[in-house]
Amino acid sequence: MIHGHRTHTLWIAFLLHRISGVALALFLPAHFWVLSYALNAPQKLDGFLHWAETPIVKFAEFGLVFLLSVHMLGGLRLMALEFLPWTSGQKTAAASTVAASTFLAGIFLLRAI
Amino acid sequence: MPKEQQMSVSVWRGGATGAFQSFDVKMEDNQTVLDVVAWIQQYADPTLSYRYACRVGMCGSCAMMVNGVPRWTCRTHVNKVLKDGHMEIGPLRNLPVIKDLATDMDPFFDKWVAAEGLHHPTQTRDDPIEAIDPTNAARVEINAGIECINCSVCYAACDTVAGNPDYLGPAALQRAWSVYNDSKDANKQAILDAVSGVGGCHNCHSQGSCAVHCPNELNPMNAIAGLKRETARNFFKRRT
Ligand code: HEM
Ligand code: SF4
Ligand code: SF4
Ligand code: FES
Repeated sequence: MIHGHRTHTLWIAFLLHRISGVALALFLPAHFWVLSYALNAPQKLDGFLHWAETPIVKFAEFGLVFLLSVHMLGGLRLMALEFLPWTSGQKTAAASTVAASTFLAGIFLLRAI
Repeated sequence: MPKEQQMSVSVWRGGATGAFQSFDVKMEDNQTVLDVVAWIQQYADPTLSYRYACRVGMCGSCAMMVNGVPRWTCRTHVNKVLKDGHMEIGPLRNLPVIKDLATDMDPFFDKWVAAEGLHHPTQTRDDPIEAIDPTNAARVEINAGIECINCSVCYAACDTVAGNPDYLGPAALQRAWSVYNDSKDANKQAILDAVSGVGGCHNCHSQGSCAVHCPNELNPMNAIAGLKRETARNFFKRRT
């Protein structure tokens, strides 16, 4: 799928933005549903939080934090590209959003374990 | 003398449906992809259809897909694209195929008009010629766009065009941006209206394939960002 005319930085940034956007749209409803336990069924929430302590879930959370961060920074990058005066270095900006997101999610993972 | 070297070239035959046909072509020094196509047509199969005119990167008529990448074939050297002695040449993407390597460019050019990428005069031919300051910021903004050779390489590279046949595409929008910045243009509102409709500039996802593949190293993505800015500014200006 990524071949020929698509093998360049900004196309891959687009793909990452779409995947992270769809993943967020799928994850957030589940997220809010679990949070609603805090009001309606606190003991269920405790049970869930206990399950969320397992390493595999911690690692999945690393992925989620990364996706949220990369989507937010990538979205801000696109809005800057579109609404601020043009600057070269768009590839650097796209790579930086991925780097910053990896860093952020990494810190999150280190604090969690 | 070294042994004569051959390359194997797959060439699209047919229209919208068809198949790739393989040819063995002798390798030469300083051979372009267009040279290869011309050789096949002259020596292997005279019924092969393709299009070119200037052979020096001026006319924009020779663009084709080479190994899945849109390129101006008259200025693409074989040794740059050959992979293990093989290459694949097809008609430009995102356009109807007439026959073999020749595409119907009408949709591409119709969209230049649909984007109002045409001159709306402020004066008549009887008026004196207006002096334009070449250092003026709006004039400098046009510098890149006017080098476009209408080759449709960017249009073939754009996945937004592939997904939405109504999308005006990078070249037409870049043209609209040039005309919009022209101090001699009388109807800038018509341009903004034309580029903010269903097929307009806001469809663009800033993937930048247009800028990566444009053989003249132009940046339609930059021009489209300019149109997004101006249409947004215009939207708020009109409301207040
Ligand atoms: C955190 C702040 C956010 C910012 C700054 C942001 C920004 C953006 C921008 C600018 C686009 C357009 C991209 C394009 O033109 O291709 C976009 C697309 C999208 N966003 Fe977000 N977004 C944010 C949060 C979210 C959230 C929370 C969700 C999930 C509910 C989400 C889901 C999507 C989806 C599905 C797309 C479509 C992807 C595409 O067209 O390629 N976004 N976002
Ligand atoms: S930047 Fe916009 S116009 Fe250029 S290839 Fe991408 S979607 Fe198409
Ligand atoms: S912008 Fe570049 S790729 Fe597109 S038609 Fe003009 S010269 Fe060709
Ligand atoms: S033949 Fe004119 S640009 Fe290639």
